[in-house]
Amino acid sequence: MFAYYFQLGLRSLRRNPALTALMVMAIGFGVAASMTTYSVFRAVSGNPIPDKSAQLFVPKVDNWGPQQNLKDNEPPDALDYVDAMALLRAHAAKRQTMLYQVMMSVMPGGDRELPLNANGYAVGSDFFAMFEVPFRYGGGWSAQDDDARAADVVISGELNRKVFAGENSVGRTINLGGHDYRVIGVTSHWNPQPRFYDLFDNNYFAGEPDIYMPFTRAMDLKMYPVGRNSCRGKLSYTTWEGFTQSNCVWISPWVELDSPAEVASYRNFLTNYAAEQQQAGRFNWAPNVRLRDVVQWLDYYQVVPPESSISLMVALGFFLICLVNTIGLLLAKFMRRAGEIGVRRALGATRSEIYAQYLIEAGTVGLAGGVLGLLLTALGVSGVGILFQPEIARLAQVDFSLMGLTLIVAIAATVLAAFYPAWRAAHVQPAWQLKAG
Amino acid sequence: MKLHPMIAALRRHKAGVVLIALQIALTLAIVCNAVFIIGQRVQRVNRPTGLDEQNLYLVTQQWVGAPTGDDADSIQKMDAMQREDLAALRAMPDVASVTPTNSLPLLNQSSNGAMSLAADAKLLDGNARTTYYFGDENFVRTLGLHLVAGRDFNAGDVTNKGFRNTSEPAVVIVTKALADKLFPKGDAVGKIVYLDGSGTPTTIIGVVERLQVPSTGSWAGTFAWNATIEPVRLNGNFSSYAVRAKPGRLLAAMKTTTPLLYKVNPLRVLDDDSVKSFADIRSDAYRADVGMAALMGVICLILLGVTAAGIVGLTSFWVGQRHRQIGVRRALGARKVDILHYFQMENLLIAGIGAVVGVALAIGLNLLLMQHYEMDRMPVLYVLAGVVVVLLLGQGAVFSPARRASNVPPVVATRAA
Repeated sequence: MFAYYFQLGLRSLRRNPALTALMVMAIGFGVAASMTTYSVFRAVSGNPIPDKSAQLFVPKVDNWGPQQNLKDNEPPDALDYVDAMALLRAHAAKRQTMLYQVMMSVMPGGDRELPLNANGYAVGSDFFAMFEVPFRYGGGWSAQDDDARAADVVISGELNRKVFAGENSVGRTINLGGHDYRVIGVTSHWNPQPRFYDLFDNNYFAGEPDIYMPFTRAMDLKMYPVGRNSCRGKLSYTTWEGFTQSNCVWISPWVELDSPAEVASYRNFLTNYAAEQQQAGRFNWAPNVRLRDVVQWLDYYQVVPPESSISLMVALGFFLICLVNTIGLLLAKFMRRAGEIGVRRALGATRSEIYAQYLIEAGTVGLAGGVLGLLLTALGVSGVGILFQPEIARLAQVDFSLMGLTLIVAIAATVLAAFYPAWRAAHVQPAWQLKAG
Repeated sequence: MKLHPMIAALRRHKAGVVLIALQIALTLAIVCNAVFIIGQRVQRVNRPTGLDEQNLYLVTQQWVGAPTGDDADSIQKMDAMQREDLAALRAMPDVASVTPTNSLPLLNQSSNGAMSLAADAKLLDGNARTTYYFGDENFVRTLGLHLVAGRDFNAGDVTNKGFRNTSEPAVVIVTKALADKLFPKGDAVGKIVYLDGSGTPTTIIGVVERLQVPSTGSWAGTFAWNATIEPVRLNGNFSSYAVRAKPGRLLAAMKTTTPLLYKVNPLRVLDDDSVKSFADIRSDAYRADVGMAALMGVICLILLGVTAAGIVGLTSFWVGQRHRQIGVRRALGARKVDILHYFQMENLLIAGIGAVVGVALAIGLNLLLMQHYEMDRMPVLYVLAGVVVVLLLGQGAVFSPARRASNVPPVVATRAA
């Protein structure tokens, strides 16, 4: 029966080409607009580290005070040097890392005549395990290397390709900014989007970093941050020592906490630390600390660009109108055939059979709309680049799940829209139709 | 024409009436807001920066192996490298003028602070927020700014310092917006100000008409035109130069820049983005705004089309259903134009109801957007224009089915039931 009704549906599509074309186009455009914007929204609002997002936390300590804080007495978004060092020394979490952006260059050598940029992060040894960085060769450095301020470096597969032609370069030497480093690991491609671990620098959708070097080593080399540096009050530092004692915040801290008990105890630790600082006279305000996990941190930073959510809302509204339109057109289409329905009913068809026939017919309209929608979605996704920065547009892709979703949404929405018209069709009075027809 | 029979007839088509009215209401709500968003974006994109943007480009580069320290020796070495670059760029045949700079409008890299009338003010108590540009005596000329009061920098004003050095300059040029904020009487030239809570006095020597801050973000919206130009070459292991090419020679100048700089000193990094025309900087900065406006425009057009198509579809259906009744009315003496007007009135009635609901929805949607995104209140004009548009759209869509109805011959009434 399904196949027969499906055939009837296809036949009816041909019978009224103008009306059918209208419906198919309305559904196609509606689905395509929604799916295109959804593909962007999905790309930018996804959880970059789903399996660990509840265990990774960003602590915040208020070193600016209520007068100079962000809105609603929110403490600064990163740590100054003094607090970062204190939290590192206290080691109150199972794993922890400080990080900030560094920029160096690889000196010319081999067949390269020109230097290369090497951007990346100064991080702690726990960084690689905490964020599940995948390695192609070697691995991260150890906590002893942290303490020894070792000249070790982990490089990206891309940099390894440029400098070492993609060979296993573990143990080899690379000259970065005039200093020799020992390559200790080469990562596979790793560039979580958005870059949750460094929201402070606002590069949510930046390309893959080239290098990771020990934080302690970067301190030894007095490497100023190349990312954001946010200060309050009158600035008077002229040297690295002055800078590290200033209230400038530039270090992003992360801790890994596995259970609610650990979270609670870390929160206590932070509060106690701030209280100690208050007693010591460094802060003259009450402890004001925060501890956010990955999802809360992304939320706090409002990483999803407003363009993306506004256009998603507009596209959904657009889809809604297309559906209302489809209900109207289906109603017109079905009720035109009231006489035909009357005959079927008089010949013994039950209401549920009429229902089935017309819902399946609507389904075929939805299928046709979905196929059109699929084509338009592909077109739309390839045109996303005009609306968003290339970094974001790159993330929006047509994959199987998006294709499946497009078809399912188109068919389901049309069938849903057909309920009322089909109900009207099923309640056609056979006697009246036969008499009038 | 009496409305009573029309309303009585519509009661028999409740579903269709509700659907058309709903569609018109939703269309009105979305189109009004979309057009409002387009208007706002276009306005934002068309703001003049104050620069003469043609023939202007920016070079950003980083030295490799340059000194990184803050000691006087390192600073002087880095300054020498910078001056070497400047001299080479200025010697290019296609180049009219060059200045070092830390940023440009729309570039979104900025150094911001506050200006006070009193010494040693707390940063928060500054009298006006401002962004800082650092350039030499060619800055105003290279960027094509208009000096409206006082004088331009001369070579004697220009100093150099490490980019982390927080000392303040002796003289600055400010924008008119900033000058007017600090000195409403319009006599800013020659006045003393204090930068970033410093105790060192700085004298305003000139006022330029307009210069936008580098950031296009909404956080900088409160001081978008408050800029201060310091006659200082900032020294670091990176530098950027704003270059004005001779008229029509922009591409030629840009093409020779990279090889030239490598010839001056090969130990540096210049990537694809290092030499960028201001037109590209502008299009990158406003890409999202332009894209958003384009998307909204397309959606509006399709939406109006879909709504019109829906009205055509349902009205055609009604005309078909009432074929005989129309024949009866014609047989009883109604003229063609009466039938035409009947359907037009009917549509006006439905669209009117839809428009009333739509106005409420449009305002509601605007409030929602205001609450969640940085959106302004929509002027009533947009809603009224929207109402007119949907009513006209309804009339346009109903015309063809209504004319078909008016062409139903009276003889239909006599045919078999």
